[in-house]
Amino acid sequence: MSLNPRLYPLLATIGIFLVGYLISYLQFPAMLSTRVVGNLLTDNAYLGIVAVGMTIVILSGGIDLSVGSVIAFSGVFIAVMLRETSLHPLAVFALLLIITTAFGAAMGWLIHFLAMPAFIVTLAGMFLARGVAYMMTIDSVAISHPFYSMLTSAYWLMPGKGRLTLIGVLMLISVLIGAIIAHRTRFGASVFAIGGGEQTARLMGVNVGRTTVLIYAFSGLMAGLSGIVFSIYTGSGYPLATVGTELTAIAAVVIGGTILTGGAGYVIGTLFGVLTMGLIQTYIVFDGTLSSWWTKIVIGLLLLVFILLQKGLLRLTAFGEAGS
Amino acid sequence: MGQTLKRIAPQLVTLTLVVALVTVIFPNFLAVSFDGTRFVGPAVDVLKRSAPVALLGVGMTLVIATRGIDLSVGTIMAISGAVAAWAITSGMGLPASVALAIGAGLMAGLWNGCLVAIVGIQPIVATLILMTSGRGIAQLITEGRILTFSDANLAFIGSGSLLGVPFPTVLWIATAVIVALLMRRTALGMLIEATGINRAASALAGVNATVLLIAVYMASGFCASLAGIVATADIRGADANNAGLWLELDAILAVVIGGNSLLGGRFSIAGTMIGALIIQTINTGIMLSGFPSEYNLVIKAVLVLVILVLQSPNLAADWLFVKSLVKARRAKVRSETP
Repeated sequence: MSLNPRLYPLLATIGIFLVGYLISYLQFPAMLSTRVVGNLLTDNAYLGIVAVGMTIVILSGGIDLSVGSVIAFSGVFIAVMLRETSLHPLAVFALLLIITTAFGAAMGWLIHFLAMPAFIVTLAGMFLARGVAYMMTIDSVAISHPFYSMLTSAYWLMPGKGRLTLIGVLMLISVLIGAIIAHRTRFGASVFAIGGGEQTARLMGVNVGRTTVLIYAFSGLMAGLSGIVFSIYTGSGYPLATVGTELTAIAAVVIGGTILTGGAGYVIGTLFGVLTMGLIQTYIVFDGTLSSWWTKIVIGLLLLVFILLQKGLLRLTAFGEAGS
Repeated sequence: MGQTLKRIAPQLVTLTLVVALVTVIFPNFLAVSFDGTRFVGPAVDVLKRSAPVALLGVGMTLVIATRGIDLSVGTIMAISGAVAAWAITSGMGLPASVALAIGAGLMAGLWNGCLVAIVGIQPIVATLILMTSGRGIAQLITEGRILTFSDANLAFIGSGSLLGVPFPTVLWIATAVIVALLMRRTALGMLIEATGINRAASALAGVNATVLLIAVYMASGFCASLAGIVATADIRGADANNAGLWLELDAILAVVIGGNSLLGGRFSIAGTMIGALIIQTINTGIMLSGFPSEYNLVIKAVLVLVILVLQSPNLAADWLFVKSLVKARRAKVRSETP
């Protein structure tokens, strides 16, 4: 085999996205316009950013259920701070990112030092973050700051009048940075090592405690960033927003070819996972006759297809290694 | 019996503490009166409202004992509720409606079980598939509306009472007792624990782990369908979007607070039931004590964290370590003083 078998799930993801896009294009030629591409990036920007953090967590064999609540908390925090204080939005952003990063780090610390399952700790974190959002306000708070209107209208007009918005670019940059962190740094190597097996990683000399704290801190940071993007996207903060985003993000990561037990996957695949899910939604909008609940069923089926594909590939590579 | 009591002692203590805390804030919490047809009072309300989580908890305990997890139970509730409401509004009787709803739950469990046991997908992903797509299926059944009905017989399951006790309470206690007896009076419970500890080893020892796993997920689907029927009957309508939403998380929490390890291999249904009661007591307590409802989630999160930290395996190990140090020191002091 000339090609690394580990690349197969990634290539399958990209292939399915391209085939899906081709099918949509043949049915609705307007799908290929830069407007649709621009909207695909803008509409899924917050999901893409949070999914990058989730990819790192899942690569380490963990899970972070708190991110949806953290996004809602971020929106509410920004909206309330801008309403109550005269701080500049950038200062509020910095403050928010510090809070969410510290929140993630605290969860990582609990997971490692109390030896509690990530599932349960981040579940409690999910309740906590949404609870704090409720405590700040139970209403939807509109954001009306001149700086915000500037951010919302910041875009680059692509040929064909498609808008490449600031938040869309921010997502692409996040994916790039996430990919560099995961695949090109010492920290990334430690993440993969822990995902492959915690005992083994410890014997290899990986500082498991420090890495675990950093992993969840990174996920918290990305969730905070995603919250900022979401607040720019919607122009408001609402404590009931983004319920269930954590599961959508996990689904995007799995569709993107990362294996849920950890230790194998690519950050770039997650981008295509997010875009594939966005594509399904766009297709349903274009079609106009399909009900929105078909989105859920199709995403569920896609999940199944990808997992079966991965299963098959794993078996194939296992046999390949046994044979060689 | 004595062993069971010892096993669930920490959970009983926690429940007592939570009840005491609520009673201090709201003195009438334990007051129960009889209004001629049924018992009423906050404590009775807790027993009634804990029905969905307790029912889900029975199935979830078994699934977690096999080292699995079932994220789809909330969605199965929505599907079963939708099926029950659809059947009763299209003129089928109560037995047929309930049977169809339970059948839907069993089918969902069969699907999960096959994905986990035969295809070999990780339980968390396998059940995530149904969790995301199942609500779409429920919406197909209700055609995107909230399907309401006025059949008194079906409504009885949600809001009726038997000998003065709310029917949902009777249902969850009966289910828990029957399943617990089935597990502990036969070898089933032991076989499930064996599968949870090491599936390959138990298969070598002659346990049919594949069939057992499928049966466990079907049991979870069965319990979820009961919970779905109760929830639908209670509000006399099937809401595909919100029925059982996030209840899978509460059910998992009930299992963990009940002292069961997420790594499987050991289980106590009694523990989970106490866990479900603890969660509902906290919910009702926060409501009764007059805190603004915005504070519910934060208080719940903090209490859950405290309970989890107290039950943390590392903390227990540290405590044993400190105790052994103290013991050694005492022994040393004793030996030095003539």
